[in-house]
Amino acid sequence: MAKRSIVPFGPQHPVLPEPVHLDLVLEDETVVEAVPSIGFVHRGLEKLVEMKDFKEYVYIAERVCGICSFGHGMGYCQSVERIMNAEVPARANYLRTIWMEMSRVHSHLLWLGLLADAMGFESLFMESWRLREKILDMFDLTTGGRVIFSVNCIGGVLKDMDSAMLSAIRSTVDSMEKELRPIADSFLRDFTVGSRLRGMGVLKPEQAVQLGAVGPMLRASGVSYDARALGYAAYPELEVEPVTADEGDSYARCQVRIGELYQSFSLIRQAIEKIPQGPISAPVKGNPSGEHFMRIEQPRGEAIYYVKANGTKFLDRFRLRTPTTSNIPPMLELLKGCQLADVPLLILTIDPCISCTER
Amino acid sequence: MGKLAKSPWLLHYDGSSCNGCDIEVLACLTPVYDIERFGIFNTGDPFQADILLITGGINSQSESVVKQIYSQMPDPKVVVAVGICACTGGVFKSCYNIKGGADTVIPVDVYVPGCAARPQAIIDGVVQALEILRKKQENREIAALPKAAGKA
Repeated sequence: MAKRSIVPFGPQHPVLPEPVHLDLVLEDETVVEAVPSIGFVHRGLEKLVEMKDFKEYVYIAERVCGICSFGHGMGYCQSVERIMNAEVPARANYLRTIWMEMSRVHSHLLWLGLLADAMGFESLFMESWRLREKILDMFDLTTGGRVIFSVNCIGGVLKDMDSAMLSAIRSTVDSMEKELRPIADSFLRDFTVGSRLRGMGVLKPEQAVQLGAVGPMLRASGVSYDARALGYAAYPELEVEPVTADEGDSYARCQVRIGELYQSFSLIRQAIEKIPQGPISAPVKGNPSGEHFMRIEQPRGEAIYYVKANGTKFLDRFRLRTPTTSNIPPMLELLKGCQLADVPLLILTIDPCISCTER
Repeated sequence: MGKLAKSPWLLHYDGSSCNGCDIEVLACLTPVYDIERFGIFNTGDPFQADILLITGGINSQSESVVKQIYSQMPDPKVVVAVGICACTGGVFKSCYNIKGGADTVIPVDVYVPGCAARPQAIIDGVVQALEILRKKQENREIAALPKAAGKA
């Protein structure tokens, strides 16, 4: 038997911008087991709900994570709205959908860039992030913020988009779709990129379901499940067809995320076409009482929000299960049997978001 | 400008940030903002870094990591606290696991406020840090001069 050794990976590591620590048990160069230890970004956000007004807590919920910021705010607001039976105006739902899909575009482009960076493909990283700046400019135009923009409120949204803004988004999306093609081709057709992605970290469909994979990770294993199909915001009125791939390897996960970029462009276009006129928020009176459980599709997968209210302005409990939390068990499974040099790339293919996970 | 200030190497560590500032720090490196035009290079190795960019407040688990990274950096070094959480603790100040800003564990030279700090602000902070780095280096060189030479 080969000699076993343990290689500590992280928390401060050049490949990942966020701190996560793994103890990799190696036999020669092959990983036998990976033992994660987390808590480097734990802040104790959920506890804050007992100290902040439920309307004020929206701003905290949005700061669970800077990348999926809009989605967390929306998930929290929708849960509270359902408890209070607040009628959210149709225009607000459409605006939320547009911002949510824009967030998905920004998150997936960010991931593509990090993936390229992890395999040392510097120019592809730069290209992806250059393209991502365009969608950030649109956030800046419509909300005034680039990554955290606090436009959600209980009962709707705080900012409206005028027709000039909508057409600016529309033309940006059109031009981005054209510019994405050569970048997507590099990821999907380049021989070198393919050699780092194809056949690496295969997750079989039954394994994916059993281990609780969510989002692109699950869909890349051929399971067609997308929480957007459950219907929230304006999604019931738009065409959402889950993007899937069959191989279950790193290449398939890349393929699914690129597919979802095109899907998001199409959803943004559909939403801009169908957006109705009207108010953007409904007044909400009183305090919530009761509990609600809701799931939404974040860029990284399905996120679950649980809110329990007791009739005062402070909530009893806010619980969030983030997509990365569910994707860590499948990730540990992927790491078994891979080479040490492939570890950073395999960790990246689950699109880890540590600050969501640890809150 | 001192030698270091011409081409400083930058190290980024996420204290307990929400990622918002982290992705803005990374955005500074990419074509639109491009801090490499100031000769700044992003490294992952504390032993080679001159500037530490720290995002997010300090929690009980990251405290020792931040201290260790800081002690591994060679002198002279500067610390830039990026984002309001790294400055004071920000919205998370009242969280049970947050000790406060980065200055609770290591000395901070430049504070860049904002939630999330915009790339322009981060670049401005780093450029100010360059000036502080130059002064620190000069002071070191003066201190290193032989006493006899000082008297003459």
